[in-house]
Amino acid sequence: MLELEQVTKTYRLGAFGRKSLRAVDGATFGVARGEVVALIGESGSGKTTIGKLVLRLLSATGGRILFADKDIASYHGRALKDYYRRVQGVFQDPFSSFNPVFKADRVFGVVRREYFPSVAGGEWQSKLLDVLKRVGLNPSEVLGKYVHQLSGGQLQRLLVARALLLDIELLVADEVISMLDASTRVDVLNALASLKEDRRLSILFITHDLSLAYYISDQAVILYRGAIVERGRIEKVYGNPLHPYTQVLMASVPRLDAKWESSSVELKCELVEPTVGCVFFSRCLFPRRDAECRTRRPGLQEVEPGHFVACWRQGSRTSGVAHPSGEKQQGRGSSFGSG
Amino acid sequence: MALTVDSLRVYYQTLRGEVRALDGATFSLADGEIMGLAGESGCGKSTLGRSLVLLKPPMAYRGGGVRLDGEDLPIADREKMAPLRLAKISIIPQYAMNALNPTCKIGRLVEDLLEARGVRARTVVPELKRRLDLVELPPDVLRMYPIELSGGMKQRMVIVLSTLLNPSLLVADEVTSALDVCTQRAVGKMLVQFRDRGFVRSMIVISHDLSVLYQITDSTLVMYAGKLAEKAPTEVLVRSPTHPYTEMLISSLPEAGGRYPERKLGGIPGSPPPLLDPPAGCRFAPRCPITVDRCAEEPPFVEIAAGHWVACWKAERDHA
Repeated sequence: MLELEQVTKTYRLGAFGRKSLRAVDGATFGVARGEVVALIGESGSGKTTIGKLVLRLLSATGGRILFADKDIASYHGRALKDYYRRVQGVFQDPFSSFNPVFKADRVFGVVRREYFPSVAGGEWQSKLLDVLKRVGLNPSEVLGKYVHQLSGGQLQRLLVARALLLDIELLVADEVISMLDASTRVDVLNALASLKEDRRLSILFITHDLSLAYYISDQAVILYRGAIVERGRIEKVYGNPLHPYTQVLMASVPRLDAKWESSSVELKCELVEPTVGCVFFSRCLFPRRDAECRTRRPGLQEVEPGHFVACWRQGSRTSGVAHPSGEKQQGRGSSFGSG
Repeated sequence: MALTVDSLRVYYQTLRGEVRALDGATFSLADGEIMGLAGESGCGKSTLGRSLVLLKPPMAYRGGGVRLDGEDLPIADREKMAPLRLAKISIIPQYAMNALNPTCKIGRLVEDLLEARGVRARTVVPELKRRLDLVELPPDVLRMYPIELSGGMKQRMVIVLSTLLNPSLLVADEVTSALDVCTQRAVGKMLVQFRDRGFVRSMIVISHDLSVLYQITDSTLVMYAGKLAEKAPTEVLVRSPTHPYTEMLISSLPEAGGRYPERKLGGIPGSPPPLLDPPAGCRFAPRCPITVDRCAEEPPFVEIAAGHWVACWKAERDHA
């Protein structure tokens, strides 16, 4: 349904735009109907930029974004408004998404005025109650309240409900749970997951939290410095991470059933410099990295059905990944998926 | 015992009355213990941490005592606390890494801090460089501005700074949040290493993330609505939580390999009571699935096993 083809976004930096920064570099992936795709990466990996490109809050420097086989860059005026009937976003901070001076349910009024001016009051009310129920909210607890009277989890679900009023097909959820407490976070996640089941809603789930991504997603896309380093079915990516970066990520996830291994992950090379070679070159721990890694960017290769990795040294894993401590490890993170 | 806190009460003064953010905390910390302090936002965990170091308005001291290394800590007296801060007890406040003065090179900052405590910067520099090396920061960072450092580098710098005078107690408030998982892991390990090397005697690590606390702490204290709910060795707390709140908090975290809908997680219905005028009795009772009549009385924080403290009538009865 949504297809990104070689999407690139370059920001101009410096006083006269002399320097440039590639926030997204040739991203290619798709989101099918009723599918949850997790876009995973650390800060600065370009995951939010991709979300904004899909929502047309930014325009791409290169490549195409297709929604229902049409390039979204061509939409203007009416057509763009129609696009927003089908695609909506929810963002990280629910408190700053509302105007604290007004009651929180004013957001619904705005949607009605813009998109449904002809709908009668009674019909609108039943539609509203229906979407609130879908996201697990009790209408009497949230309608007519001010922002400070509601919890972050309730506000976040109000925003999802607002998007649902529009019969959307794709929701871009950018770090929607990272500011919420554990006890309310789950309600938002469950609400999103049930929408996927009941309405076949597609969700682009942007996050840095790997365990929560696994909880609701079908596909995983791992980003590092703007480039996709690995993607595929989430069980495959988590159960059998092949890119050295994905492996480091999996080993660093704090979990309640296993402690971090005693060896230390290398941290020295945090400095970001533009490179023509592999984006992960300076931090890579694979034993046989060489000139090719430094000078040529690896493309995504299909290593097993539906599992893509961008790494020249893919073959070296079969002999076991040499860890900085010298020990060999295999099947990292295998307790996550079926593998 | 490195730190003993006895029925400490700290309220916030507001126009509408006093908010009872910390309402009677009693616990102790052994030498070398790293204690995690967990709970939802607004439960009073940061208030507890901050009141130990800098108790300033609108916070108001309303009773209780604190002892550090066998001596009374005059937390209510800001003047008397001044020479102890950084030297004996140190804090890394939330968002500290983004509060470094942007117009000032890191080295200047270090000098200012040390001179405020009457320490000649030159005498500490060799040790400072050794510690920077330990956390894989080049000595050049001292000549850099904060903006030139990445989030992880800033956070490591802040930890090195706050422990430079080998304090007895370090309060670290949300130091691992807002970091990427790899950096989070490195910072977490660094805290443990600093304790092991004796740079800090004991630590209180405040975090809303139990899975991070599980990685680095010896014990964990869970707070709810201004009260202590449960304290236990972390392994015990995670494997066999006794307070219903702790239990629900842990079960709301995704397990490895757990997916919707096969292993659907549950949240905790309801929300914490207002602390401006909290109801009598157990503060968790309105959200608790197993309330009994007695919950209308406030449960005491009692030791049900060695090092395992719980404030719940059910737990007390089960272990009687």
